[in-house]
Amino acid sequence: MLRFTIRRLLQAIPTLFVLSVLVFAWLRSLPGGPATALLGDKATPESIASLEKIMGLDQPLYLQYFNFLGRMLSGDMGNSIISADPVLEEIGRALPATIELSVVALLIAVLLGIPLGYLSASYRGRFFDNATIMGTLAGVAVPVFFLGIVLKYVFAQELGLLPPSSRQDADIDATRVTGFATLDGMLTGEWDATGNALWHLVLPAIALSSIPLAVIVRITRASVLDVLNEDFIRTANAKGLQATVVRTRHVLRNALLPVSTTVGLQTGLLLGGAVLTEKVFVWGGLGSLLSEGIQRRDYPRLQALILLAAGVYVLVNLLVDISYAIIDPRVRTS
Amino acid sequence: MALLEVRDLTVVFERKGTKPFTAVDHVSFDVEPGQTVGLVGESGCGKSVTSLAIMGLLPARGARVTGSVLFEGVDLLTLPDKQFRDRRGRDLAMVFQDPLSSLNPVIPIGIQVTEVLERHRDMPRKKAMVEAAGLLDKVGIPDPTRRLSEYPHQLSGGMRQRALIAIALACRPRLLIADEPTTALDVTIQAQILALLKELVHDMGTALVMITHDLGVVAGLCDEVNVLYGGRVVEKAERHELFAAPRHPYTHGLLASIPRLDAPRGEKLNPIRGSVSDNIPWTEGCAFAPRCPNKLDVCVRVTPEQEDIGGGRLLRCHNPVKPPVVEEVSV
Repeated sequence: MLRFTIRRLLQAIPTLFVLSVLVFAWLRSLPGGPATALLGDKATPESIASLEKIMGLDQPLYLQYFNFLGRMLSGDMGNSIISADPVLEEIGRALPATIELSVVALLIAVLLGIPLGYLSASYRGRFFDNATIMGTLAGVAVPVFFLGIVLKYVFAQELGLLPPSSRQDADIDATRVTGFATLDGMLTGEWDATGNALWHLVLPAIALSSIPLAVIVRITRASVLDVLNEDFIRTANAKGLQATVVRTRHVLRNALLPVSTTVGLQTGLLLGGAVLTEKVFVWGGLGSLLSEGIQRRDYPRLQALILLAAGVYVLVNLLVDISYAIIDPRVRTS
Repeated sequence: MALLEVRDLTVVFERKGTKPFTAVDHVSFDVEPGQTVGLVGESGCGKSVTSLAIMGLLPARGARVTGSVLFEGVDLLTLPDKQFRDRRGRDLAMVFQDPLSSLNPVIPIGIQVTEVLERHRDMPRKKAMVEAAGLLDKVGIPDPTRRLSEYPHQLSGGMRQRALIAIALACRPRLLIADEPTTALDVTIQAQILALLKELVHDMGTALVMITHDLGVVAGLCDEVNVLYGGRVVEKAERHELFAAPRHPYTHGLLASIPRLDAPRGEKLNPIRGSVSDNIPWTEGCAFAPRCPNKLDVCVRVTPEQEDIGGGRLLRCHNPVKPPVVEEVSV
């Protein structure tokens, strides 16, 4: 398993390398550039050209790329054009917020989605099943930002049950340790801070979990129905095993194979959804860095963010493959 | 009292929007303790459905099962699911056709054997593992202790079927149903598996219901044979009688269609014309009539009833094959 993991990590290097070229070229093919964005509409071509010269953007593209690559290999992704801070620092500050939100959303999707999908398959064709299918259809169809706005309107504004935005109330004076609002409270014993952070997580996490939840429910349901038709389930029943043993040991384990792939793919997509959700709930994570960066053509920041997203995606898929190998012995030996 | 009494077992598959399909139609037969009974017929004649109905393994939705299946006097068809599960795997067990798909691909063989022992013989896992190794050894799997931790895909087809047999016989059931246990295997392995089954059921005193389309299997194994056609028993006889003097044209056709090694080169095979799919329902006339060489006018109008023709034989035919003259002279 260790060799498998190392091999997969090594395989990720060329992937990320190719991606760095693509991202680099793609960003520079966008109309406008950081100089135009900085100087505004009324800037003269001369002033833009001189600013580009200062930024080093007048050099040939390949030279710019090799500069970028050289710095990246020594761990420097450059400074943000917007804030002048090193982009890695910026990202380090914003990352915990996004991770917190994504992890909670994913937990909701997995912990709720798999049981719901299983139950749906067990009650196939009955009211519960039909209701779940309708619900998941809605979950996939409604855009994340719209759901976020509706949730905010109903639960925060009209009912006043939950906070409408930000990660913690402003009057909570929490000590920062890791940057994770929920963890920091636990580490320092400031439980009210943790509680407040969790309270703030509810709405955005629900909004963000809607699509992965719906997809996981559907895949689990289909997968369970497939497995229920397998011969080995008949064998398990022929052995006289209790229904619960058949359902867990024999059905669930096999049904989880396609589900784990889906969870991996959805984790990758989660980052995209997180940008929108963060915007709606004024979350202040990577989402705001990204949207601001795109508007103002902040090349270094965007390069770092996109490569980070790609790295996460590669890592998540590695985890999926490892989980596959753990669940399915046929993958292990081949 | 017979170990198993199947009476008027009928299975109708119903699906919304389609005509109900009668897969098994008033099938009755008995199995005495320790006896081996064959259920023989082509694909689609209802033999597998019969076995699944006896084991209570048909899907709950879409299949209507009527009649009675008395196992030691208890009607399995009306037994609550929980109590049936207590008996399955312990009192009656089953070996399936395709050993690869019948074993769980993600669970080691050992666990698949021990879970029956844990369930029905209250063995702790450790003790069950030792017992499981013994069982694998008994069904002829070499190096059983190592095999316990292996997965189905690491075993050969024959080994897998042996493992399934070990699972089925783990609790020394009084009845074993084997549904075409050798169909998916190589010919040489087939003979080994049959010999193994024969030996084990003999040693344990287990009664065996052998479901097969292969009359060679019947000849080597069964005490009594039920020939099924279109979901009904068309002929029932003791093995020797059946082979010596098949009376139903279908049985006769099955026997005649076996290729013979001593036949002259180039001699044509003798298939039964048509296939089960073009059968007509038993409601008017005989279902075999469209394929029958002995067909009379009455065959397509009146459904033949099952008759006792003596010597423990049952027959459902208007115009049976005449018993061979040679036999009559020699008796």
